[in-house]
Amino acid sequence: MAATAIAVVRLRGLLAVIMLSGIYSLISAALLTTLDAVDVAMTEAAVGAGITTVLLLGTLTLTGADEARPSRPHRRLLPLAVVMVTGAFLVYGTLDMPDFGAADAPIHRHVAPRYIHETATEVGVPNIVTAVLAGYRGYDTMGETTVVFTAALGVLLLLGVERPRRRRKRGDEGKDS
Amino acid sequence: MKRNPIVREIGDFMLPAILMFALYVQFHGDYSPGGGFQAGVIFAAGIIVYSLIHGLERTQRILPPAAVRAGASIGLLVYAGVGFACLFLGGRFLDYNALLPHPEGPNNPHGQELGIFLVELGVGITVAAVMITIFYAFAGRRDDP
Repeated sequence: MAATAIAVVRLRGLLAVIMLSGIYSLISAALLTTLDAVDVAMTEAAVGAGITTVLLLGTLTLTGADEARPSRPHRRLLPLAVVMVTGAFLVYGTLDMPDFGAADAPIHRHVAPRYIHETATEVGVPNIVTAVLAGYRGYDTMGETTVVFTAALGVLLLLGVERPRRRRKRGDEGKDS
Repeated sequence: MKRNPIVREIGDFMLPAILMFALYVQFHGDYSPGGGFQAGVIFAAGIIVYSLIHGLERTQRILPPAAVRAGASIGLLVYAGVGFACLFLGGRFLDYNALLPHPEGPNNPHGQELGIFLVELGVGITVAAVMITIFYAFAGRRDDP
């Protein structure tokens, strides 16, 4: 994964960059599968490796296929410092987190036991992920759906609804089928 | 890509399987990994594959952009509608127990199942429609002068 990420940063041919970012998503999907998060892996594979790549390729046909060389050399010290400090803070934050997979971590003691023990009787759906997502956390999922909907609204506002032209008529015929 | 016979044939061959798999993920989400979001994305990916093979115009004749846009809001309305249905049937918002009558105790697995099914359906419709809409918006610009 790290190798792909570095290659994405270094390469200037945008086609290769898009392909590599797709590969990156696929690798993270595989990683999530090994962590037993199959639902998330599915999403990652379909969205990250599939649709995002297609959208980026579509954008590539609108723009050029090569990244322009910066007209003057970047000042590298400030961005480097920002990244290092942020990274240091993140590492510092992980220091007092419980060990990976520890059974007594707070996340496993709060609501998770109830979900695991009671889903069968309270919801009766075998897939606990689905039960939590649509049942216990129904509000959150509705908010998420709204976010997705808003994303479409944003894209339509930015890129514009297709203007009515002659194709429109044939489009209306197709609506009946 | 339209010209390449291998891509076209393989794509046409795979397309029914992709769409079928999307429906499977959608309706089998209670029992196996997956759910509305994943199903919607897979369905949209299938449509995008079709569009890449057969061209945007032909895809939009089958799925007009206006209908897809309507689908995005319909899915959200289904979700919120289930919530309000629970409200009107005497429960709390999105309290699926109220969806079906349940004489035995506070738990109502059938109501829960129905609620989750409908809600996931709403999510699936919205996500698929939104993904296709975004794809249309990007791909449609190519035709513009």
